Amino acid sequence: MKILVCISKAPDTTSKIAFTSDKSSFDENGVQFIVNPYDEWYALVRALELKETNGGNVTIITVGNVADETIMRKALAIGADDAVRIDSDPKDAYNTAMQIAEYAKGQSFDLIMVGKETINYNGSQVGGMISEALGLPFVSLASKLDFLGNKLTLEREIAGGIQVVEVDTPAVISCAKGMAEQRIPNMRGIMAARTRQLTVIPPISVEELTSYVSYDLPPVKSSCKIVSADNMDELVQLLHNEAKVI
Amino acid sequence: MILVYVNTDNGLSKASKEVVTYAKKLGDSITVITNGNAPNNVLSELGQYGASKVLVDRSVSTDDLQQLIDLVAYSAEATGANTIIFSHDLVSKAVAPRLSVRLKAGLVSGAIDIPNAEGAIRVNVFSGKAFGFVKVNSVKKIVSLLPNSFQPEIIGGNCSVEEYSSGALKGRVKVLATKKPEGEIPLPEADLVVSAGRGLKGPENWGIIEDLAKSLGAATACSRPVADIGWRPHHEHVGQTGVAIRPNLYIAAGISGAIQHLAGVNGSKVIVVINTDQEAPFFKAADYGVIGDAFEVLPKLTEAVNKFKSSQN
Ligand SMILES: Cc1cc2nc3c(=O)[nH]c(=O)nc-3n(C[C@H](O)[C@H](O)[C@H](O)COP(=O)(O)OP(=O)(O)OC[C@H]3O[C@@H](n4cnc5c(N)ncnc54)[C@H](O)[C@@H]3O)c2cc1C
Repeated sequence: MKILVCISKAPDTTSKIAFTSDKSSFDENGVQFIVNPYDEWYALVRALELKETNGGNVTIITVGNVADETIMRKALAIGADDAVRIDSDPKDAYNTAMQIAEYAKGQSFDLIMVGKETINYNGSQVGGMISEALGLPFVSLASKLDFLGNKLTLEREIAGGIQVVEVDTPAVISCAKGMAEQRIPNMRGIMAARTRQLTVIPPISVEELTSYVSYDLPPVKSSCKIVSADNMDELVQLLHNEAKVI
Repeated sequence: MILVYVNTDNGLSKASKEVVTYAKKLGDSITVITNGNAPNNVLSELGQYGASKVLVDRSVSTDDLQQLIDLVAYSAEATGANTIIFSHDLVSKAVAPRLSVRLKAGLVSGAIDIPNAEGAIRVNVFSGKAFGFVKVNSVKKIVSLLPNSFQPEIIGGNCSVEEYSSGALKGRVKVLATKKPEGEIPLPEADLVVSAGRGLKGPENWGIIEDLAKSLGAATACSRPVADIGWRPHHEHVGQTGVAIRPNLYIAAGISGAIQHLAGVNGSKVIVVINTDQEAPFFKAADYGVIGDAFEVLPKLTEAVNKFKSSQN
């Protein structure tokens, strides 16, 4: 089974979010980058489990610059076989997806897996876009994935519930919580990943359909009003009369 | 010309009224496209929020998301629409990105505002820790609107409903089974949410959360560790790696307020925090705080809500 897992870098979840003084871009100063949790915990780990039961190999791919090699080595340390970087600063989701689709075109992957969204841009766009570009079926927000014969059986989130679906490979899957458990790489994996050859591919020229023109931080809350634990009637009145939410 | 996809499987949800209201702010001639079996008199009510007409293809089921893409693509072509609006939900997350590639239409997911003077649309980024302003460079545009970002506004009367046969082809993903617990309010759409964390000590104690939720007509949510250890279902997990919500009222009991939790809930209009520890970081993000034991405070709050509700009737 040949699996491609798309990974993206994301700021560590404890990072303080700040922007450059003209608010035009994210201030990366002092920010630690990690593999986007959905890509790592769910897509990559489930891909590795499938390889372990069915044989085959797992390639990870990212669109990014040379600084992203840290997250690629992390994915290799966890167990990926090959790592590919398309040498381009990631632009919008469309550009990213077209770069990955172009790479995947000639490679006959059985499965292309993405995390359900990144924790920095939260778009939930790249997986669906890759599937459309390649003409492959797409299952979004899958929380369970099994493979038998050439069929995938999946559970996906729907409004207020879960749906069990079936589709033939090849397919593109976006992976959500429930699909696998986080794996901590061991020392041997980390050491071996350090010296592994990374494949670097030049980008193709693709337009950007969208661009982020600026950023802003939400207003800071004014101070919290403390209500006595013995006076819940007062809290209800405040919620009704002052906050007007009930 | 603006096309709005509305899911009417469960009648007219609040989100469906929000997207039509939003579309009406962007332009005048609004066509709604929908599928499934909602009766015509229900669909025609979308006119009150600004729809000029509703097209319904009854042969397309929401189970077949690939067919939905065709349905929206064909109806966009038929109506000459350059802008397509969705609600940012589980259907649009499957459909809108594919449509974006098919139509070469820039996609703005999770919009929370109408375009500003420069034509850029505000979205949540960094899982709710910041805002981004996105511009679409292509002629065709797709926007998915985050639920609870816009209040539905009634501006007129009912509109016409036309049967529409799109000829959308069946997709390749087969649905084997659907499991839907009855009667729950979908968390992303809920106006009021009652949430609890590890401070509740065990799943057997969730009765006091459910009682309060029931009295308020609220949905229930939880922190990540609570879902991870299986005290509550995964779909209740809110935060940076769970569902991001922006209800009018978020009540958090026994949740410390870690940065990853706050990321998913700080878009809430009003936050109430109940915690034994007055140093809990959540109080910094709260509008109202109660320093106390959730096991004592929650039943009292439920009682106070019940008393208030019966005084209102
Ligand atoms: C990459 C990453 C992603 C994450 N994503 C998320 C996410 O999406 N969502 C999320 O929630 N977390 C997330 N976390 C976890 C987060 O860091 C916190 O560990 C978690 O939110 C804590 O959950 P909690 O508040 O329920 O538990 P705790 O931190 O253990 O807090 C329990 C609270 O209950 C209070 N308490 C105890 N007893 C009572 C009582 N009787 N009455 C009232 N209060 C009481 C305590 O004072 C304490 O404040 C993530 C972490 C990482 C590293």
